[in-house]
Parts: sequence; structure tokens; C-alpha cells
Amino acid sequence: MTELLISGVRLVTGPDDHADALPAGTQDILIVNGRYADPSQSSADATRISADGLTAIPGLIDLHTHLREPGREDAETVETGTLAAARGGFAALLAMPNTVPVTDTAEAAEYIRTLGEKAGHAQVFPVGAVSKGLAGTELAELGLMARTGVTLFSDDGHCVFDSRLMRRALEYVRPFGARIAQHSQDPRLAGPDACCHEGEVSGRLGLPGWPSAAEASVIARDAELTKLTRSRLHVCHVSTAESVDVLRWAKKRGIDVTAEVTPHHLLLTTAEVEGYDPTYKVNPPLRPDEDVAALVGALADGTIDAVATDHAPHARHDKEHAFGDAAYGMVGLETALGVVVETMINSGALDWDGLVSRTSLAPGRIARLGDGLGVRPVFGAPANLTVIDPGRRATVDRDASASLSRNNPYHGRELPDPVMITIAAGAITYSRV
Amino acid sequence: MRHLLSTADLELTDVTAILDLAEEMADVQHRSIKKLPALRGRTVVNLFFEDSTRTRSSFEIAGKWLSADVINISAKGSSVSKGESLRDTVLTVAAMGVDALVIRHMTSGAPLQVTGWTDAHVINAGDGMHEHPTQALLDAFTLRRHFGGDTGSFSGRRIAIVGDITHSRVARSNVILLKKLGARPVLVAPPTLMPAGVDSWGCEVSDDLDAVLGGVDAVMMLRVQRERMSGGYFPTPREYTIGYGLTRERVSALKPGTAICHPGPMNRGLEISADAADAANSLILDQVAAGVAVRMSVLYQLLGGEDQQ
Ligand SMILES: [Zn+2]
Repeated sequence: MTELLISGVRLVTGPDDHADALPAGTQDILIVNGRYADPSQSSADATRISADGLTAIPGLIDLHTHLREPGREDAETVETGTLAAARGGFAALLAMPNTVPVTDTAEAAEYIRTLGEKAGHAQVFPVGAVSKGLAGTELAELGLMARTGVTLFSDDGHCVFDSRLMRRALEYVRPFGARIAQHSQDPRLAGPDACCHEGEVSGRLGLPGWPSAAEASVIARDAELTKLTRSRLHVCHVSTAESVDVLRWAKKRGIDVTAEVTPHHLLLTTAEVEGYDPTYKVNPPLRPDEDVAALVGALADGTIDAVATDHAPHARHDKEHAFGDAAYGMVGLETALGVVVETMINSGALDWDGLVSRTSLAPGRIARLGDGLGVRPVFGAPANLTVIDPGRRATVDRDASASLSRNNPYHGRELPDPVMITIAAGAITYSRV
Repeated sequence: MRHLLSTADLELTDVTAILDLAEEMADVQHRSIKKLPALRGRTVVNLFFEDSTRTRSSFEIAGKWLSADVINISAKGSSVSKGESLRDTVLTVAAMGVDALVIRHMTSGAPLQVTGWTDAHVINAGDGMHEHPTQALLDAFTLRRHFGGDTGSFSGRRIAIVGDITHSRVARSNVILLKKLGARPVLVAPPTLMPAGVDSWGCEVSDDLDAVLGGVDAVMMLRVQRERMSGGYFPTPREYTIGYGLTRERVSALKPGTAICHPGPMNRGLEISADAADAANSLILDQVAAGVAVRMSVLYQLLGGEDQQ
């Protein structure tokens, strides 16, 4: 029997109600054999961690991680990616299917799950592809993947743009209770070379741009298809004020649509692109101040349900091209909580209960993870917990990362650096206490 | 001046110095032996990721007339498709001992990025849809001569820039430089070829060429790529010519002495008629000649002042 007693901590549980929940404000947390237990029952030989002045929150869950394995193990492996996740306070993550080969079969999904278990730093849940090979033409084996426990499907990196295929996907997964996560971007409107928000900066720098309408119009279409099919839609990395308006409209109509925003879209703006540094080339692109403000507001009021990293590691040489030729994406697992604390808590936009809801409860619910994920801590359930020091700050050093890749947009910037201990499925996966 | 990446980086005094020195360099063209010893022993590499015989030859002649060793490297096709990163390509070339890199790239910002990887002076010879600063300088040189001499001659001059503004590095560089010189650029294009955020460029914008033409001192026609038609930017060449081409009729609507410019290569009959290209007030061949003088001046400004081994 293993016993872990974390004492002196302040538990923030989030707003959900549960009869067997640990009460908010709890000072001592006991974990016996990986499950929450009554701290008054702790035995003398329990391992004790003194966490005076620290805060505990339900373990973070990332809806949107690119682990790159199999296929691009030079950029990231499941081992290094989940290590980065643990350092970032994540107990679980969903691994996007745009690997080589693509996760578009039950066997491929099982393989990802096995790699995750072998690494053991965070619980890894595979996201299945919507279409075979992400080609956007034929449905992948959604049902077979669902039978292995896949709950989220996405062609992320590509938009499922064929409206007929999107309708079929939404329809087909409904009986499995799964959800289609859409990379919402009209590929015709944006064009193949687009690499920047379309607006003043793209015009001046001569970079092909994505208009906001390329995102909002697809969300609006998908909301209608979700209503038509009585299914469930999740919108990946929302990046514009227009998209927020469409989400608000869809939710008001009772459509089951959820949405995520990345930490980088909450903090960074189009201005970062001025020096043509490919570190800041990301898809969807960084947007102007007005959009960033709208995203912070929408995450605060719940129009956007969750934060997701879109952690996208790239080997150095894939970023050392001209801006337009470089790979899209930035890493984000290790800095995610810091950026959210800075943009949402330190700005006064959200309280800690709200943060718990956006970083853990909502993602767990959207992906229907179960197993103590996405719920407030409950006696008897597996412990997934992140212990943090909310006031701790540090200068981001990309070379100190556990990720194999260095495309870190915050390098040299001072940010909250709160994560002290991560516990995933009852086991300590990271600690600097 | 360490690099020439953008007209936005140039102070007015830099511009004047480049244009004044170009006047001296222009005289070399009329000598029987067209050679100055200024850059003897210096190496200039034309690193072109995108073909441009015109710009490459102009830089090559400019370098040779200054006695530099000029090497042309064609890195045609995206370095991505060749599997080599831009940084590796640049490091490889720079390792050969290069004093200046003249870079042409189909992607905006590439020359700026290159400055982070080499000690060589970098000259932007056209990057994507961003800038083509030596083109704007040679346009200014040509127009300054046409307007009659000193820099003050630009003040208040209205200069129409007509055509595919969105994709034109020539337009971007010219707007910045002409404004710096005191001129008033007027951008004319169908709305499909006008870039996002153009309202913040600080110049007049119009979609009506005829309304603009009578009141300008110069008209710069931009090359229109026929591929833009398949991109849906305009319906047919015929319609483009009728709406935005410098036709014979439009030439006669110009004030006497209005300069006609085109960066070349021209699509005769599309954006510019033969009558306009060959008109008495067409400066198109003067622009080509000015290109060599201006590039000599730029190379000298960057490399000439340095200690020679
Ligand atoms: Zn995506």
C-alpha cells in the first residue's frame, strides 16, 4: 500500500458539485494507492509532502497536443512530450492524429495508447482522424476507433471542408457519444500560402493572409450541421472575435458546440510577426489586440469552454526557412498554465474556480475521459492533481525544456511559473518540492 | 548603412546620398572602359531563389563595373522542396567568404532573416510580396532626373501606381520611398488587387484609373500576372485592360510631360499599350539604365568605405 499525504495545501476544486467530493479549501490531501482517501485515516508511514502556502487544483488536461510520434521522433516523442506535459502540470492529454502514419485505425489508436502507458508521464488519449489519411474525402474507421475508447475525432491541421463529409462524420459518431473536433478554416478562402492574419500587418509585410471570415464561416456552417445531425462539435483553437460571436449565437440556440482557445492566442498578437521570425508562425495565426481581448472575454464568460495548448513541436531545421516556408506551430505544454494565469487570473478576467473549470473540468468533460479526469477531486477516485505556487515567476528558457523542440514563443519573457507537483492517475509525475 | 532590406529603413539623407552617388556612377556608363577599381578584391554573391534575369544582370554589371568579383548562385525552387533550410543554404554560401549577399526570394522577409546568419552585407533584391528597394531607388532616380534635379522636385508630385498592388513589392517600396521624398502616391487597382490594411499606408487609394490620370505627374504601371486571372482577381485580360490598362486613349488623357514608368518585364497589350510603352515621355528604358547606376551606388555605399585587405 502506498500512501501520500500532502499537507498545508489550499484545494481549489472548481464549481462542479459532487456528494463525495473533497471540500474546497481542504488543507490535507491523502492519496492511498493512487486514490483520494480521508486524510484523518492517514497512517504514520505515509510519505508526507509539506505544501504550506501552495494551491492544489485538479490535474490539467490538454485537449490538443501534437506528440509527433510515430513519424517525426526528431521533433518530439511520446516520452519527451509527456515529460513536458508533466512539467506543465498536465495529468492527461489528447494526442492529435496527424502523425506518420496517421491515427486513422483502431490499431493506430491502440499503439498511441501503449506508447503513452510505456512513457508513464501523463495519461495519453489518442484522437482519431475523421478522414482516412486526413485526406478529407473518406471517413476513417470511426466506429472501430470509438470501440477502443476514442472519444474525439479530428483532422486537425486540415479543415474537414467537404460539408457532406462533415455532416456524415457528425452523424456517424453520434451513437458513440463522440465529438468531432474541427480545425475551422476555409482552405479556399485562406489559400495554400496563407501564414499571417489578414489585415494591416499582412498587407504591410507582404505576407499572404487569412481573413477572420475563413474561421468564423466554417464554425457557422458546422454549427448548422451539428444542429441538423443532433450531434456534438468541438471547435479547435478559436482565434477571432467573429468566431466568438458565432459560438455565442450557436450556444444560445442550444447546439452542442464546445470550443477551445490556446494560451498563445490569449497573450501574443500579430505584432510578433513584424520581424518575420518563424517561431511566431502558427496556424491559426496570431491576431490583433481586439481579437485577443475578445478571446479573453469569451474564455471568462464560458463562450469558450477550455484552454488547449496546440503544442506543436518542430525540429530546428523545419523552422529555419523563410517565414512563408517554415512549419506552422509553437510548443506550449510547459508554459500553458503560466500564460493562462498571467492573462486570465493576474488580469482579473477569471477566478481560480473559473481557471480550474477551463483547464481541467471542461476539457475532461468535452473528451469524456472519466477515471477521475475532468471532475473535482472525489474520495475513492484516482488522483489527478496539480500543486502550484500561484505567485512564482520565472524567465522562460527554451533550452531548459523537456520537449525535443525549441520553437518556444516565450523565450526570454518573464511569466508565472507555477507548477510544483503533478500527479497523474495517482502517481507523482513531476515534482520540484 | 549595413544592409539594404527595406526602403523603410532608409533615412532621407541615405536616399539622397545613394541617388547623388548614382549620378556619378551613371557617368561610367558613357565611358569606353566602364570600370572603377572601388571594390577590387570584394566578393558579391547574387543568391537568387527566384529567377530574374533583369535584376540579376543589373546587379552583376553593377558589381563588375566596380571591379568586384561577382558570383551568381541560382537556388531556384523553394529550399524546402530541396530539403535544405534557408539557414543552411546561407551558411554554405557565406562560408566561401562573401562580402555582400544580394538576395532574391519568393517569400517575404527572407533577406531580413538572412542577416541573422551571416556577417555579410545583405541587399534585398526582391522578397515575395514585401519590398524591392533598389527598384524603388532606381524609379526615384529616374523620376528625379525627369522632374529636374534636386530632391525638392518631388514635393507635392502626385504619382499613380497602377495594377496589382497586393502582390507587388515594387508598389510597397515605392509608396514608402516616394512619401519620404515628399511625393503623394496614389494607388489604383480593382478592389481584388488592393491589399488588406491599405488605408493605413497614408496615401490616396482609388479603383477609378480615369478619375486619377488627369491629375498626376507620373504613372507607374505594375506588371500583372496572367495567373491572377485563374485566382479570380479579375475576369479576363480584356476586362482588365479596359478598366486598368494604360491604353492609347488614357495616354492622351495625361497632362503633357507626365512620366510613364514600368518595372518590367511588360505585358504589352495587357497593363500597358505599345503606344504608352514607346511614348516620348516613357521612361522605361531610362529605368533600366538607372538600375545599374543605382546598384553601383548601393554596393559602393555598403562595401566601399570598408578597409580593404
Ligand atoms: Zn489545428
